Amino acid sequence: MAAGVGKTFRMLLEGHAELEAGRDVVVGLLETHGRSETAGLAEGLPMVPRRRVRYRETVLEEMDLPAILSRSPELCLIDELAHTNAPGTEHHKRYEDVEDVLAGGIDVISTVNVQHLESLNDHITELSGIRVRETIPDAIIGAADEVVLIDVTPEALLTRLRAGKIYAPERIDAALNNFFRIENLAALREVALRHVAEEVGAKRLTTELVGSREESLAADAPQAVGERLLALVEPYPGSQRLVRRAWRSAQRLGAELDLLWVRAPGRALPEDEERSLAALRQLASVLGARMLEEESDDLAAAIVDVAAARGTTYILVGRSRPARGLARLRVPLPQRLMQCLPGVDVRIVADRSGRSTSERP
Amino acid sequence: MNAFVIALVAVAGVLVGVAAGYWLPPHGRVPARDSSQAERRILLPFTGQEISRRSLEAAVRLAKAENAIIMPAFLARVAMNLPLETALPVQSARGMPLLEAIEQRVSSQGIPVDSRVGRGRSPRDALRKLIEEEHFDRIIVSADEDPRAGGLSYDDLRWLLERVPAEILILRPAPQDTRRISADALSGHF
Repeated sequence: MAAGVGKTFRMLLEGHAELEAGRDVVVGLLETHGRSETAGLAEGLPMVPRRRVRYRETVLEEMDLPAILSRSPELCLIDELAHTNAPGTEHHKRYEDVEDVLAGGIDVISTVNVQHLESLNDHITELSGIRVRETIPDAIIGAADEVVLIDVTPEALLTRLRAGKIYAPERIDAALNNFFRIENLAALREVALRHVAEEVGAKRLTTELVGSREESLAADAPQAVGERLLALVEPYPGSQRLVRRAWRSAQRLGAELDLLWVRAPGRALPEDEERSLAALRQLASVLGARMLEEESDDLAAAIVDVAAARGTTYILVGRSRPARGLARLRVPLPQRLMQCLPGVDVRIVADRSGRSTSERP
Repeated sequence: MNAFVIALVAVAGVLVGVAAGYWLPPHGRVPARDSSQAERRILLPFTGQEISRRSLEAAVRLAKAENAIIMPAFLARVAMNLPLETALPVQSARGMPLLEAIEQRVSSQGIPVDSRVGRGRSPRDALRKLIEEEHFDRIIVSADEDPRAGGLSYDDLRWLLERVPAEILILRPAPQDTRRISADALSGHF
């Protein structure tokens, strides 16, 4: 949720419990932020020393990935999953180090604040007014066996902050005036609770399916945790309605949204279509969707390529214009997509403009 | 010979059928209104979760009379400490359902609609950017918008009158008429 809630503390408690249970546990990376209680709790846990990395006349301390892999414990505690490594190390981001550790057959317990999740970054930026630069893909959390939410009420967190348990005294006022405002903390708490609830729900569905007659579906269930929507647009005003519907669906699913326009090669756009295209780009930007533009003669093939590359799980198309002449004999686009992209849902978004609306005062 | 003639007639019949299929509109399809004919554009800006129904009705009346396109525009505000291109999901969650409701109402009356989303440091800034980038002939705003609810302030309206080179229709306050259009007017789920 935020700095000071007790993530590192909880990670160390888990480490002690595992150590006492007889497992080979090491601390791969610990950030105490000068908190004596945290440092005290780390005592008794074996620690892999940090390594020094020289960068532009500065010596930085980073996690020693090769040493952890060489030590090969059963369980490694690695703090601050969203951290960006110093140049010159194996990976740009710490979560990539963690992927290597996991690939080495080592279990990992790590910590992260909810605002570092890529899909929630825009939402939290708008809520709090503060852009968090270090983000991790949601798939990293989706792949975790277990996600534990460290929940503290905003009031309790502020009390801790004022008592000097989170930051040094000289940083308290700045923190209170910036990120540590009660409305920010309440919003973060809500986002964190909701996100973990969704995560738990998705995992429960996966678990229930294993071993049942729907076992084959279970293989696909983990993918459903990371939904990605693709809306097919064209530069005309009606596309905005499709984009809004797609965005709303993406919000409900907690999914990423891509918009795709497949442009015929060499075709110059008339002025009204240029305007519509600019409006679509602006709408995509405001909604936090990614606008993709491809040039191809074969619409279905271009969509299939993009969907495969982006890991799309859901395609939204608008109502087609009525086919004319020999085009009536062609297989409609939604059916072609379903044939070419098994496992991807295809939804035709209705145009409700023709439906009557009741008058409301 | 007879077989050849029959085959020829059959081929000709198929060709006529294909040509008719190409040139004639399919059954039941109402020829779409040609939007290129509707040159005039009416901008209907809003910032909150609802707009006055008088504004929308005025826009619809004018659009019908002038064969114009209505451009409802949601104006989103970006805080000063954030980049201007920041995504705004929280404001969008309020504005998009209303934009959808307006589109449904306008389209159901056969009027072309072309929505916009403006983004700026203030509603006025968002509107200014939109005005710079878009072509339109009229702006319709209601003077009874409550600035606290996110509408255009009287100061903004004055700015519009002084600076914007378009016909501006400001509907005077009608305290007895409190009817509003909000996301509640949406038909079906959104």
